[in-house]
Amino acid sequence: MMQNNVNNTNYVSEFRQDFAIIANWVKFGTKVLDLGCGDGELLQYLRNSLEVKGYGVEKDDAKWLACMQNGSNVIQMDLEDGLSGFEDQSFDTVILSQTLQAMHHTEEIVQEMLRVGREVIVTFPNFGYWRNRLQILTGNMPVSKTLPYQWFDTPNVHLCTISDFDQFCKNHNITVLERRVITDTQAVEFMPNLLGNLAMYRLKASS
Amino acid sequence: MLENNSVGIVAPQNAHFDTPLTLKSGAVLPTFDLAYETYGTLNHDKSNAVLICHALSGTHHVAGKYSENDKYPGWWDNLVGPNKPLDTNKFFVIGVNNLGGCHGSTGSASINPATGKPWGSAFPIVTVEDWVNSQARLLDFLGLPSLAAVIGGSLGGMQALQWTLAFPNRVRHALVIASAPNLTAQNMAFNEVARQAIITDPEFHGGDYYAHNAIPRRGLRIARMLGHITYLSDDAMGAKFGRKLKNDIQYSFDAEFEMESYLRYQGDKFAGEFDANTYLRMTRALDYYDPALPFNNDLTAALKQAKAQFLVVSFTSDWRFSPARSREIVKALLDNELTVSYAEVTAAHGHDAFLMPDAHYHNILSTYLSNIEIGGNDAK
Repeated sequence: MMQNNVNNTNYVSEFRQDFAIIANWVKFGTKVLDLGCGDGELLQYLRNSLEVKGYGVEKDDAKWLACMQNGSNVIQMDLEDGLSGFEDQSFDTVILSQTLQAMHHTEEIVQEMLRVGREVIVTFPNFGYWRNRLQILTGNMPVSKTLPYQWFDTPNVHLCTISDFDQFCKNHNITVLERRVITDTQAVEFMPNLLGNLAMYRLKASS
Repeated sequence: MLENNSVGIVAPQNAHFDTPLTLKSGAVLPTFDLAYETYGTLNHDKSNAVLICHALSGTHHVAGKYSENDKYPGWWDNLVGPNKPLDTNKFFVIGVNNLGGCHGSTGSASINPATGKPWGSAFPIVTVEDWVNSQARLLDFLGLPSLAAVIGGSLGGMQALQWTLAFPNRVRHALVIASAPNLTAQNMAFNEVARQAIITDPEFHGGDYYAHNAIPRRGLRIARMLGHITYLSDDAMGAKFGRKLKNDIQYSFDAEFEMESYLRYQGDKFAGEFDANTYLRMTRALDYYDPALPFNNDLTAALKQAKAQFLVVSFTSDWRFSPARSREIVKALLDNELTVSYAEVTAAHGHDAFLMPDAHYHNILSTYLSNIEIGGNDAK
């Protein structure tokens, strides 16, 4: 029988190429808001490497506590309720790392991020990755490192492909400043929607 | 019996102040006393002091017992002690009875030096600002340049917030729990009903009941009963009492439901040990606190002077100091780019939750407090 889920911690303990790319997009000493910050690992990374003034947002009690244990500022709230506690353009960068696909109010959270942040970083597992396609072709919902859940226990409700998200940005008048696609630690330039498993976008509101 | 991680047997202390204190109202207290207790040891560089601010009916007796035979320990004993969230192995903890109180600090029942009689109605109305100013005097008295942290729930949370505004350089961390940046009209309305119960009690004598050898017991009792309703959530009351009867229905107005017994018991107990004038003044201090008022009701502008790092905590079922009110504080702190964390604790107990030893809540406080850096542990 297939494992219930691929152990996520193995993935986390690896070198995080996505963190490195995010750190490359965040400027030294700036103000960062990490939505769905989990245990605060990314915030800690950004604090250590770039001395950012970071705040996390986390709904889950245990993750909130882990984040505080990591020494991060963390605000407990539900992203589905929007970001009404944050002023317009009050952060240099607002990050939503591998959480977009689990959001119910997808459009709202992206709009809220663009309101609060001068720049926005969104990363998500690319559902168009060939291994996902292959599993669907063979008749099963994909289970992988970036999608480590079974269909019945997944928190993911809005999975999309890179092509879908490009279209989403276009339709919502969002400027894509930069897009990077990776598979594990490798950059993917050629046919990213097929060969990349993690999509990373740097966005801003179109003026 | 004392539990293992208790601060043990403690004794109240008294600090006398001869320098007059000008209150927010303009009134001047020529001299005053503050009753306080301390737990743990002050470290060599005096960097580990934590002040606990009490709420409406609290005292300086926060932890431990006065004798082994005491039935109950101090009011926040589950928080303070060796290896407890506010760890007395690390921190030097101070509890203080607020000015206007009735447990040792100068208040209406104290003797007015000018008349040789109890202050009674002549004791001035004190505010959150006045309390914090007097607490700063206590710090001076104890030779403490600053606090590692100030912590308080409800009205105590307002004092913790006020500390960061009045003395931004004397407090490094503020833990503001189950509190609000001011009271809503509904919240003040409960206070008004409580005060009316006291003031209209024939034994109140305009606040000078001491001279009449009287106590406005009925009023105080009703005020406390009302308070207790608002400190619990509907669900918590339902779980605790539901519609349980003590016996069969008697077709009377006696305490037939268990809830009634509880409220009457709490009211009677309180009326026997608390001073009515203090209750009036504590509720008034709650009503008046509004740091944003001088800033056109702009809380962000009001909190600009704060420098401390903050932990703000609210409880989901607290409708008297709702999470929404805590979020207002958090937003104003974020607007000022201050260091802040905010926890919204899922709890059934309503406002009273801040005094309960809920595991997650205590983990939050432990974690935050253990992250506070203090100087060398060379306690002397």
